[in-house]
Amino acid sequence: MKSATNAYTQESGSETVELNFGHGQKFKRQDQLNRRFLGFLACFVILVLFALVALLFREAWPAIQESGDIFFTDSYWDPAAEIYGGLAFIFGTLVTSIVAIAIAAPVSIAVALFINEVLSKRWGRFIGIFVEMIAAVPSIVFGLWGLFYLAPWVKDTLTPFLKSTLGFIPLFQGPSFGIGIMAASLILAIMIVPTISSICREVFKTVPGHQKEAALALGATRFEMLKLAVLRPSFSGIVGASVLGLGRALGETMAVAMVIGNNPQISSSLFAPAATMASVIANEYAEANSDLHVSALCLVAVTLFIVTFIVNSLARLVVWHNERRHLKKGGV
Amino acid sequence: MLLALSAVIVLAPLFLVFQYVFVMGATSLSWDFFTQLPAPVGETGGGMKHAILGTLYMVALSAVISVPIGVFCGIYLAEYGKGKLASLLRFSIDLLTGVPSIVIGIFAYILVVVPLKSFSALAGAFALSIIILPIVTRSSEEILKLVPQHIREAGLALGLPRWKVTYFIIVKGNLSGLVTGIMLAISRAAGETAPLLFTAFGSNFVNLQPTAPMASLPVQIYTYAISPFEDWQRQAWAGAFVLICLVLGLNLAARLMINGRKLKRKLEKRKAFKAQREESL
Amino acid sequence: MEIRNMHKIILCALTLVFSFSSYALTLNGAGATFPYPIYSKWISEYKKVNSEVRINYQSIGSGGGVRQLLNQTVDFGASDAPMSDKNLSKSKANGWPLMHVPTILGAVVISYNVEEIKDNLKLDGELIGKIFLGEVTKWNDPAIQELNPGMELPDKDLLVVRRADGSGTTAVFSEYLSKVSEKWKNKVGSGKSLRWPTGIGARGNEGVTAMVKQTDGTIGYVELAYALQQNLSTAMVKNKAGEFMKPTVDAISKAAAGKKEYGEDLRMSVANAEGKGVYPISAFTYILLPMKEQDDKLEATKNFLVWALTEGQKMAKELHYAPLPDKLAKTIIERLK
Repeated sequence: MKSATNAYTQESGSETVELNFGHGQKFKRQDQLNRRFLGFLACFVILVLFALVALLFREAWPAIQESGDIFFTDSYWDPAAEIYGGLAFIFGTLVTSIVAIAIAAPVSIAVALFINEVLSKRWGRFIGIFVEMIAAVPSIVFGLWGLFYLAPWVKDTLTPFLKSTLGFIPLFQGPSFGIGIMAASLILAIMIVPTISSICREVFKTVPGHQKEAALALGATRFEMLKLAVLRPSFSGIVGASVLGLGRALGETMAVAMVIGNNPQISSSLFAPAATMASVIANEYAEANSDLHVSALCLVAVTLFIVTFIVNSLARLVVWHNERRHLKKGGV
Repeated sequence: MLLALSAVIVLAPLFLVFQYVFVMGATSLSWDFFTQLPAPVGETGGGMKHAILGTLYMVALSAVISVPIGVFCGIYLAEYGKGKLASLLRFSIDLLTGVPSIVIGIFAYILVVVPLKSFSALAGAFALSIIILPIVTRSSEEILKLVPQHIREAGLALGLPRWKVTYFIIVKGNLSGLVTGIMLAISRAAGETAPLLFTAFGSNFVNLQPTAPMASLPVQIYTYAISPFEDWQRQAWAGAFVLICLVLGLNLAARLMINGRKLKRKLEKRKAFKAQREESL
Repeated sequence: MEIRNMHKIILCALTLVFSFSSYALTLNGAGATFPYPIYSKWISEYKKVNSEVRINYQSIGSGGGVRQLLNQTVDFGASDAPMSDKNLSKSKANGWPLMHVPTILGAVVISYNVEEIKDNLKLDGELIGKIFLGEVTKWNDPAIQELNPGMELPDKDLLVVRRADGSGTTAVFSEYLSKVSEKWKNKVGSGKSLRWPTGIGARGNEGVTAMVKQTDGTIGYVELAYALQQNLSTAMVKNKAGEFMKPTVDAISKAAAGKKEYGEDLRMSVANAEGKGVYPISAFTYILLPMKEQDDKLEATKNFLVWALTEGQKMAKELHYAPLPDKLAKTIIERLK
């Protein structure tokens, strides 16, 4: 608390002008009380967060001691024999999220461009709201749709198609139940498209109109204009949006748990069942047999937490960096 | 146009999801669904009364816990947002937003279920409140930061203490914006499944006590969806339909409030402008 | 929004939140999905007999039931697999002994969903072991053909469905497999959670049934009631006497009839039982009762169990479970008192 008096500080350029409204000591105690009260609540919230992290680590500690060495290197997860190698879950989480991003990023860019550039203002707003509504749909509903509609479609339609066209790649070989990495990645992709595309829309809006006009004036086709004047300068924004979407995909539990197949294994086929860190916690936590099992699941939670933290921080860094660049350039 | 085609191909699955859920869900709805408890396994009939009430109860409880704290933290960040504590708070809130909801469920289990030695609606509400808190804080901060500085100055110039300016002018004047943020947060919490799996657990009847296990709509949908009983699966779709209506309803209402405000402001500006013009004539 | 209306809304919300609906006694139980169909029938019938008591049973799998019981977050547990000695001593350490109460007999059946194959596939222990070890990948594998000469087997992928959660059904199934397949015993063993070499994991008997029902080419193991309720094909399994038996209530009863001794703590197994007309993958399922100091809840639970062991047994056949042998039911009721 820098200033004890009732002062506002205004920043204009590089100067800091203190505005003192001459209340002096009159309301000092009341305002201090208010500020302390608010500060206390803030401390409470921060405490809650640290409690979360601390408790999680404390619960996971026995597992770190016992299985810490194999957890990150071995995919053998056997609760009955008390062997907890978690690599299969890390694999499952990463693969589904990466495939989801690979599908969702180009799609989101296309949707964002479509809404911004092609549609009229009214239609653009309408479709934009529609896409954002998708972001509000609870993940259990996506899981339901995935289980009853998407998984059979993947088994009956998509798998034969991919096998006939790309079947020489090991990624697309092997038997397909419908549920598995492919279905989970598709659902994730659908779920993160709204997130990525709404950020992309904001980023695309910041491109100054004269850039686009200049490109057109130089003879570019509509598509080239979009590529040069809109996509290229927004590149870091797009990356930031994608990374944010990745962060969301990593933590997704229910929709994935319902269509991933719950088989902790590392396989080279996209049609194979797998398990993710979130799905194993959802499936096994309520009935973990032993303390070590619970602890191992908490270790999975810690790993998940750290991974999402890193990815989200990265996204924020990229977005922040992008904003700084725009400000520096004196952009809009 | 190529772009149009690709975007349509892309938007189609999004649209499909909606359409499928609405069709499957709306056709499975019945009056029984809202008023009956589940029938024994394998028999047809019964409903999700307990789950709907459970969701409403837990969401209300979690809102009571976290909304005041969230709004106050948002006020703190907007008014005193430049100190070290404020930066730490912002960091914590950002961190909390990114935590997967299943991890929050574990936290609630450790903190509430184990000491109480029972699954409870309280534990579920606690987990939901941790989900609601960062959203409310963020949105409150954003709304309140938008208030132009001169309003604060005017309040102070009139001789009010700063806290009165904060609460009676700034907060009171932007209530609808705050409520919008709260509604969005609540709609998010209403749809969460993972944190309730091992906190509120589940129940087969209505028992609205905070210390008892309680059913909730998303968890009930999950249980029914992975079952082989066709009647249960139908009910899962009906439940999903109700859940979507609830969540999207809140969302749209929140949006309408914001747009309503914007429209009001636009109309006011236009009126003021017209009045100005007439004066000068 | 007007402040006045806000006050009203908040008041309503608070009253809703803190209104305590006074109901009679509530018992919370959790565990096996194996007997869930009949438990849920018993619970709804018992409510008619005694409206003072409400029983809330969550079907989360035997592993979950044991865990929640040891954590004391439920009043009773349910498991098809008897508790291990380790867990029993844990509960003793908590301060109260656990009683195993056998409630009903059921069977683990091998269910499959293949368009071309009707309801009369024959399997033996050795082959089942191979299938669930992942060594049989196609439906027209010679091993299957050998046991089913003359049957048209399609050239389809054979997809295994098993449990993802800690399951008493899995324990029963794997115990049987360990007895009949040396390879299974060495490679996988028995227990509620196994290191499955293959297959999709589903949650609960419900999940496995759903998965098999929805996907062509699948094979899985579920409790009899689930398979019959959903009209799934069930395989004929070779028993110790060499006969290929369809899982029926009679065949299950015969499996238990051979048991003369009931054991001190009522932990029993009838897997791969001797005798003719026996279905080899039959099993008891237990309610796990913590014998704490006599209080209302324990009293109420005991009363419910006594009802289930007498009146409840009459509903068993209809739901495709086999009632307990009379002598056993009487012994249990004696011990409960």
